[in-house]
Amino acid sequence: MEQNKIICISCPIGCRMTIQSKDGKITSIIGNACPKGIKYAEEEFINPLRILTTTVKVIGGELPLVSVKTEKSIPKRLLLKAMVEIAKIEVKAPVKIGQVIKDYLLGTGVSLVATRNIKRVDSNLFS
Amino acid sequence: MKLEYDLVIIGGGPAGLAVALEARRNTVKDILLLERDKYLGGILPQCIHNGFGVQYFKEELTGPEYAGRFITKLKDCQINVKKETMVINITSDKRIIAINRDDGLLHIQSKAVVLAMGCRERTREAIAVPGSRPAGIFTAGTAQRYINIEGYMPGREVVVLGSGDIGMIMARRMTLEGARVKAVLEIMPFSTGLIRNKVQCLDDFNIPLKFNHTITRIEGGKRVEKVTVAQVDKNLQAIPGTEEEISCDTVLLSVGLIPENELTSEAGIKLDPVTRGPIVNENRETEIEGIFACGNVLHVHDLADFVTEEGEIVGRAVGEYLKGNRKFRSQPIKIFPGDNIAYVVPQHIDFIVPGRKKIKLFMRVKKPEERVKINLIDDKGRVLTAYKKRIVTPGEMVSVFLPEVLLDDKLKNITISIKRD
Repeated sequence: MEQNKIICISCPIGCRMTIQSKDGKITSIIGNACPKGIKYAEEEFINPLRILTTTVKVIGGELPLVSVKTEKSIPKRLLLKAMVEIAKIEVKAPVKIGQVIKDYLLGTGVSLVATRNIKRVDSNLFS
Repeated sequence: MKLEYDLVIIGGGPAGLAVALEARRNTVKDILLLERDKYLGGILPQCIHNGFGVQYFKEELTGPEYAGRFITKLKDCQINVKKETMVINITSDKRIIAINRDDGLLHIQSKAVVLAMGCRERTREAIAVPGSRPAGIFTAGTAQRYINIEGYMPGREVVVLGSGDIGMIMARRMTLEGARVKAVLEIMPFSTGLIRNKVQCLDDFNIPLKFNHTITRIEGGKRVEKVTVAQVDKNLQAIPGTEEEISCDTVLLSVGLIPENELTSEAGIKLDPVTRGPIVNENRETEIEGIFACGNVLHVHDLADFVTEEGEIVGRAVGEYLKGNRKFRSQPIKIFPGDNIAYVVPQHIDFIVPGRKKIKLFMRVKKPEERVKINLIDDKGRVLTAYKKRIVTPGEMVSVFLPEVLLDDKLKNITISIKRD
């Protein structure tokens, strides 16, 4: 028997739930005030997912960086690994909002996309 | 350049952008938007995390995407924008003095003015932390701008003071960029930020959050070397004997935001001592007719979506003001904060509006409370209407509707009070 503690983020109450499990299968969830808690606890227990937002280096842009996000959520355990991968990327200005910066991040099938426009200029706003 | 306008908006963040677009939809013709930074969007472009737009667009966007939607629309409707332009004075008769590199000194006359200057962060000086004055002490928002916009890493070993949303978001951001966040300290016994941020910014990365704790000393020569941390008592005073030292090279402060109202005060507009923003009616109009305020300059919001909503109220109100067909009540209804309410916006209701069904009131509570009733009480202590809430917390703005049918001519005051249900 294993025990995990999860705080529900569905509303400001923030129910502290305890999940009991055996061999990776949930046997009981307690501490939730409403059914949303159960759904959240199950998702968080089986495969917690997060959208990763960060920045990528831009060459020849009005700003030195462009903000990016994973188009869909990726497994939580891959966040730091993804950061190492993203640190290697450089993109040439101009960059358009929604532009795919990298396909198939870490083989997840999820793309990294730009979240703002960056114009091309000879010297950036902060140089 | 043209120096006379129907509407001048000061500040190009989410509030100012919403005002500009909504005023245009409400037939306001000559609009000028003044922004002191190099780009529009206010703080949003550096808020690269997601969670914006869930209320307004019914989808989850990042800060730059949220701002981008409004900026794109603004370009389509030919609103005059001047960036890198600093307003240095506003007068009560709506003259604006501004300055920029291309035009020099500008004297602008407007029929209506909207204050949308936002807020700024409290600093180490505001909370008076003793110790030396080394490099490495930043407000969380400044660190955010360095990392997300300008491309500098502020430090490697970090202690965050304050568990507001910006502090928690920066704890995650620094961690993702390779720093080690040793602790987030919160002087109160509860987090002042959203639960979601506590879980996804701190718990996800095993960053400890210590309630009832503060920094009592910052030490270092050229650079921060360590902080002394102590537990606090009920009066928020450090308890002797609980001190511990944490070595770090960086301290991030997330210790509150202050509406930026120097221009407002210079125009002679009174401020509410609690919100630190101007006192306004339901149109978000200050005591000077035709000068409006919205967004974080009026009161600090927790969601950009609510700022947009408030900007749109002002956009419509400016349209009505310029048409000149408004009808005042014989006397305003004043709205007062009661039990466990820190403040209510708007502070008074001035107008008779045919066809209006209800007025939305925004408020912030002082302390968390569960299973409550929000009572709207009249001069004689009668409950006009009441709303049940499962939970209220200082971190999340509360809103209730005031039904128009309750507002008869004699009503002078409404007090909003929270009681255990």
